[in-house]
Amino acid sequence: MGLLALFRKTPSSANVAKERLRIIVAQERSTRGAPDYLPTLRRELLEVIRRYVNVDPSAVQINLGRDDGHEVLELSVALPDDPRHR
Amino acid sequence: MAEIIVVTSGKGGVGKTTTSASIACGLARRGKRVAVVDFDIGLRNLDLIMGCERRVVYDFVNVIQGDCALRQALIKDRRIETLYVLAASQTRDKEALTDEGVRRVLEELAAEGFEYIICDSPAGIERGAHLAMYFADRAVVVVNPEVSSVRDSDRILGLLASKTLRAEQGNGGVKEHLLLTRYSPRRVANGEMMSVADVKEILRLDVVGVVPESPDVLSASNAGVPVILNGETDVSAAYEDAVARLLGETVPMRFTEEPKRGFFARMFGG
Repeated sequence: MGLLALFRKTPSSANVAKERLRIIVAQERSTRGAPDYLPTLRRELLEVIRRYVNVDPSAVQINLGRDDGHEVLELSVALPDDPRHR
Repeated sequence: MAEIIVVTSGKGGVGKTTTSASIACGLARRGKRVAVVDFDIGLRNLDLIMGCERRVVYDFVNVIQGDCALRQALIKDRRIETLYVLAASQTRDKEALTDEGVRRVLEELAAEGFEYIICDSPAGIERGAHLAMYFADRAVVVVNPEVSSVRDSDRILGLLASKTLRAEQGNGGVKEHLLLTRYSPRRVANGEMMSVADVKEILRLDVVGVVPESPDVLSASNAGVPVILNGETDVSAAYEDAVARLLGETVPMRFTEEPKRGFFARMFGG
């Protein structure tokens, strides 16, 4: 252990808890009030995509946003880098 | 005009019933006419915490189903003149609690002249929890400074803001307060527990009380005496302060800082 490590502050467990909560709570608030079909839509889309490309379940992101009075359904699929998985 | 206060949390075991009992006693001790109602159908427990378990003849569901009059089901507290308990039913039929039935019982309680109706919510977000909050004017959200409890409280806050009569009517919604329990200033000082400020920042809500972690809570429940009435302890004082704040008084927060230890205590331990 270097001398510097003595001064490097490891975050306290309370701070870790707070950061984790800050992120999850913000995420859950953003989907609150969103239509109930979103999780099902996500699951079914994932099934269709997986017929063609082997993507990870977390690779499909669905967001419902609001833009100038329109509701925007945003869908993003991250394709795997490795072509062999396609 | 009766004020309906729901004590809720989402997560189980954080101190809803302890808090309901103590807030009800605290308000009643100040001369208010208070009814405390157990909404945990199937898992009745408020009667034990209030120490009236052997006097339950009729319960909430009996009143809803018309087996008895409301007055027959209300259990008068033996310590405080103006305090009454309505016990939960032990039926396994969760459907026994109906919207219409709950509305009628709450209206009857108001007509009986109760000034405060404390609704002790069950854990979870099912029917009992929904009905406990639906008619509320105010909510006390009980939270432990711990990740799962804080997250569940946020879910409950979302429901309070959408699935309540006040939210549906759009007249300002339910007034929400946080009450932290099992708080350990020592662990907060050591960075092992989130502080009041941390929880407040995440949930963005005013804090109506902070109750310290203490063995006094268990001994009070062992005895069937609401902890606010069980001797002069930090916990009873913390609940008393919370009741004062609910009534609009300004009371400085206590028991959130670790007591300062003297020089000798620090040098030699102890």
